[in-house]
Amino acid sequence: MTSPQTPGIQSGRLSQDQLARNFEDLHAPYDPHEAAVAADRCYFCHDAPCVTACPTEIDIPLFIRQIATGQPEAAAKTIFEQNILGGMCARVCPTETLCEEACVRETAEGKPVEIGRLQRYSTDALMARQGHPFDRAPETGKRVAVVGAGPAGLACAHRLAMKGHAVTIYEARPRPGGLNEYGIAAYKTVDGYAAREVDWLLGIGGITIEYRNALGVEVSLDGLRENFDAVFLGVGLAGVNLLEIEGGEKAGVEDAVRFISDLRQSDDLAALPVGRNVVVIGGGMTAVDAAVQSKLLGAETVTLAYRRSREEMPASGFEQDLAASKGVRLMFNVMPVAMHGNGAVREIELEYTELVDGKLQGTGETIRLPADQVFRAIGQTLAPVDGLDLEGRKVKVNGAGRTSVAGVWAGGDCTPGEDLTVVAVAEGRDAAEDIHATLMAQ
Amino acid sequence: MADLTTDFLGITSPNPFWLASAPPTDKEYNVRRAFEAGWGGVVWKTLGEEGPPVVNVNGPRYGVVYGADRRVLGINNIELITDRPLETNLEEMARVKADYPDRALIASIMVPCDEASWKAILPRVAETGCDGIELNFGCPHGMSERGMGSAVGQVPEYIEMVTRWCKQYYDKPVIVKLTPNITDIRKPAAAAKNGGADAVSLINTINSITSVDLDNFAPEPTIDGKGSHGGYCGPAVKPIALSMVSEIARNPETHGLPISGIGGVTTWRDAAEFMALGCGNVQVCTAAMTYGFRIVEEMKRGLSQWMDEKGYRSTSEFIGKAVPNVTDWQYLNLNYVTKAKIDQDACIKCGRCYAACEDTSHQAIWMKEGRVFEVNDAECVACNLCIDVCPVEDCITMERMAAGSTDPRTGKTVSDDYANWTTHPNNPMAKAAE
Repeated sequence: MTSPQTPGIQSGRLSQDQLARNFEDLHAPYDPHEAAVAADRCYFCHDAPCVTACPTEIDIPLFIRQIATGQPEAAAKTIFEQNILGGMCARVCPTETLCEEACVRETAEGKPVEIGRLQRYSTDALMARQGHPFDRAPETGKRVAVVGAGPAGLACAHRLAMKGHAVTIYEARPRPGGLNEYGIAAYKTVDGYAAREVDWLLGIGGITIEYRNALGVEVSLDGLRENFDAVFLGVGLAGVNLLEIEGGEKAGVEDAVRFISDLRQSDDLAALPVGRNVVVIGGGMTAVDAAVQSKLLGAETVTLAYRRSREEMPASGFEQDLAASKGVRLMFNVMPVAMHGNGAVREIELEYTELVDGKLQGTGETIRLPADQVFRAIGQTLAPVDGLDLEGRKVKVNGAGRTSVAGVWAGGDCTPGEDLTVVAVAEGRDAAEDIHATLMAQ
Repeated sequence: MADLTTDFLGITSPNPFWLASAPPTDKEYNVRRAFEAGWGGVVWKTLGEEGPPVVNVNGPRYGVVYGADRRVLGINNIELITDRPLETNLEEMARVKADYPDRALIASIMVPCDEASWKAILPRVAETGCDGIELNFGCPHGMSERGMGSAVGQVPEYIEMVTRWCKQYYDKPVIVKLTPNITDIRKPAAAAKNGGADAVSLINTINSITSVDLDNFAPEPTIDGKGSHGGYCGPAVKPIALSMVSEIARNPETHGLPISGIGGVTTWRDAAEFMALGCGNVQVCTAAMTYGFRIVEEMKRGLSQWMDEKGYRSTSEFIGKAVPNVTDWQYLNLNYVTKAKIDQDACIKCGRCYAACEDTSHQAIWMKEGRVFEVNDAECVACNLCIDVCPVEDCITMERMAAGSTDPRTGKTVSDDYANWTTHPNNPMAKAAE
């Protein structure tokens, strides 16, 4: 019988029951009374700091007041007006560094209004009816191509469709949702929520999705520009940074995004293999998601190795605490220097780091950890798109998502700015408004 | 520990907390439990005349108004006086009083407005050994349509007449319970005094509809799709009760008339406030209905603690102490000039003070870079709204301007002389200082 102590990369380390419990909803939904009590804590601030802190600028005090007055569905409409993926954002937003960090009750008591959970309560209430809350404007006759059915592309497509344009989304993968579907820990979006949300979003009408159509393979930017009145690129970051160290190519050294994606698409977690001793390299949300889920799948030890200090770690304090509470060991100021093992990785060698004159460098001291599975979570990169100017390693945009090529807009993780679902939604939405204004002025 | 023993009309009770005549005091079972829990006295649920008792509705008889987290702010009721036979109540009262001689037991009575009815019931009540009677001239629903309750309480002449009968046919203290559903509470209080009442108790409940069911367009509480106004009570009515109590306490005609305070008493503090405004004791109902009889323990301990802290050895030492400070608007000191001041360290930057002042007051708060809120003394009229809406206690305070300084709003020098509207030059009725 396989157990957490079974050596190597094995499936079935935990019972089905244990796995089901491990991958339950991270935050149970509020019941109506809990929501009423939580909503009542909102002070309805003037020019509320939480709204300023929200990339999509949801009118948070208003929607919370609508919950307090017994109308969660009306509250949801207030949310969706600004953020059509408000349901997913309620689940995956790092609220502790956005709206809830700005909440004046955080200042007052260290206990903010639970905006994320309230948002989920109201968006769930509306979606439970499966009614789409918006009406589509009369057809404009304009056609827009959207590349990528992730948060940016979906937000852009929805806004364009609502304005009466006909939208075709080209998606490389077989399912919509982008990182919502493939790149987020399972316990943050249970019961196929990502897919349900897209179905519901498409209820606006006027949007068709062509799956298995990747940019640069099945479709080209030139072709899209020729056939459509405008193009929006929400292609995300398809490339993965590699770990160029000794032994970095050994079996068992894998991409965290791939692991997370496989886990999300799996319908039998007991069939999913995971190492006995897992080490995750990185310090972002992807690293935490991979580490926590490795542990929940039954790995005996999981270590998250980050090369800088705790304070510099991109994953929030909440995410760090979550990982620690699930039994993940967090190591700071260590960087991988070698993988050891005969064919397959057996050990990882980490070197301690320190900041010298603002520059991170190794101290020379190393430590070896047993590892039969190592996940790289050291960032994703843009797959190049011909003809577009770049800013750093991302697509350069001006104003509301205009690229260097006329008629082509872009948003989401492929453009500069924070790589967050909520930021992608804001960029997709704002680009749609600009596309609409541009098309209607022609 | 301070002595809470209270003497009200010569009736002593171990503490000033009495249960008001209401559902909690409807029968022996409840009253015994109340006394065991420590209540100082009980006003028994109102007795009616001999004969078939009244009937109550068989659907909901209470409605409610909630605050946050379903906290009960107010309850209204359409219950009538006791619906049990008079004889049953009288027998129970006699038994309870015999077993609890140190507690106050008062009989509340409501019979038709004729001398014979009162003459008939009073000797029977006296036989129970209870310590006094309370005349229910307050119930605003059900009985009033039959010419009793507030129908009597709204006509001072009737109050005086019935009180006189009671003093004639009953030799223990007579308390007249007043309805607040009237324009000037001083009139019925004076009538009671003129009729010989030993005390008044107030307030009875206030005519109210707690809410409207928007699916059925029916007022709450709803009986088969219809509703009737009920009597409102609980914390929500306390400010109205305090004001009415103070009116009676400071009216020369009724000043000194003992008062039993009723209306939203929920904590020791509420009780202390009623007593500071002249009440010899307080009566409680809604707090007990919400939390059970055990609530009295907090009231007793709290009042005792406060008295110890203030150095009061008995309740008589602070009863009425706030009465001299209740005055008419025209006598308020117009030279008392204050300005709001915001403690920047305590401020959590919610901006509620700003919204309130900017939208609904005097545009006297600046919102500066970085959500810094500051008071503009040149516009601040000291209205207090910013303090009222601020969620942080003591973050905003009213600071008195020192005499000799200049009020930047009026440009006038602040004086520490007392000056009020009666002598103000803008007052056409002002009498020039001689």
